[in-house]
Amino acid sequence: MKERTKYILGALSAVIFIAMMILGIINKEFQIVFAKAVRICLECIGLG
Amino acid sequence: MKKQTIRLIVQALWFALTNGYVKGWMSGKLYKGKIKNVCVPGLNCYSCPGAFASCPIGSLQAVLGSGKYKFSLYVLGMIGLFGTIFGRFICGWLCPFGLLQDLLYRIPFPKKFKNLFGHKFLKYFKYVILLVFVIILPMTAVNIAGMGQPWFCEYICPSGTFLGGIPLLLANAELRSVIGWRFWIKIAILSVCVLSSIVVYRPFCKYVCPLGALYGLFNPISFYRLKIIEENCIKCGKCQKVCDMDIKVWEKPNSTECIRCLKCKSECETGAITSTFEELKKGLPQRKSQDTI
Repeated sequence: MKERTKYILGALSAVIFIAMMILGIINKEFQIVFAKAVRICLECIGLG
Repeated sequence: MKKQTIRLIVQALWFALTNGYVKGWMSGKLYKGKIKNVCVPGLNCYSCPGAFASCPIGSLQAVLGSGKYKFSLYVLGMIGLFGTIFGRFICGWLCPFGLLQDLLYRIPFPKKFKNLFGHKFLKYFKYVILLVFVIILPMTAVNIAGMGQPWFCEYICPSGTFLGGIPLLLANAELRSVIGWRFWIKIAILSVCVLSSIVVYRPFCKYVCPLGALYGLFNPISFYRLKIIEENCIKCGKCQKVCDMDIKVWEKPNSTECIRCLKCKSECETGAITSTFEELKKGLPQRKSQDTI
């Protein structure tokens, strides 16, 4: 793959992923992440 | 200062920065600030009492298993962005479990190995873990309420046991009464990872880590990439000899297995290995002199 192609693919990927993040924020997905992260995840630590 | 020493310092500083909630380590309580909306790039359990931010793999499972979302735009977007910029540089420089394995490999042992027996096929196992335990099971193995469990975190992740389970159990007596068979399975998995890391270089990263599997896919196109200067390369094979991930660097400088530790670059006697960032830096002085003209 040519270097120029890699840069273009990389730049396109970055734009797509930033767009995904913005859409996810609008969808309020981060609330799920936050709710999970601020409570002790008993499954994650092998308890329960 | 040797590059590998610098790498170790960066890993340690990054761990201190992202897991520096001292009150949490002392009291066994989790940080509840807004930064927990965001993921750190490495495999860093959000149930680590010192963690300021969230684990990307844990967060991905949480969203996929929530029953509310069929696809995680936010978390996958974040993972994708990290991967697009850095590729597996994150594994080599910013992952706390990677740091642990690097330190363990430094422990003297009569015979060290780069890889496990069957490495050629075993290295694809991490993609199976990613597909089955991180994506398919949390989405499909749901309870009556339609919610899935974080299968990878629950049954496999040794980083969660090491950074979350053990410190929380040490600090919270009431949690110790809930220890069951699952905890001992996870301790066994952690023990295997720890002991094998003394003999084999980064076995978890090579064969199990779903996050490394994801980031590795970006290695060929990430903004940070390695490059071979063909005129300088004499194909002596020294790069592969020193590479702990056992990559033929002169053939595949951006292999999906490369964690960008840059050992090959330091050891190359002809200066045949460079990086996109170095090329960018070399470009800057020219631009500067153009500016002054």
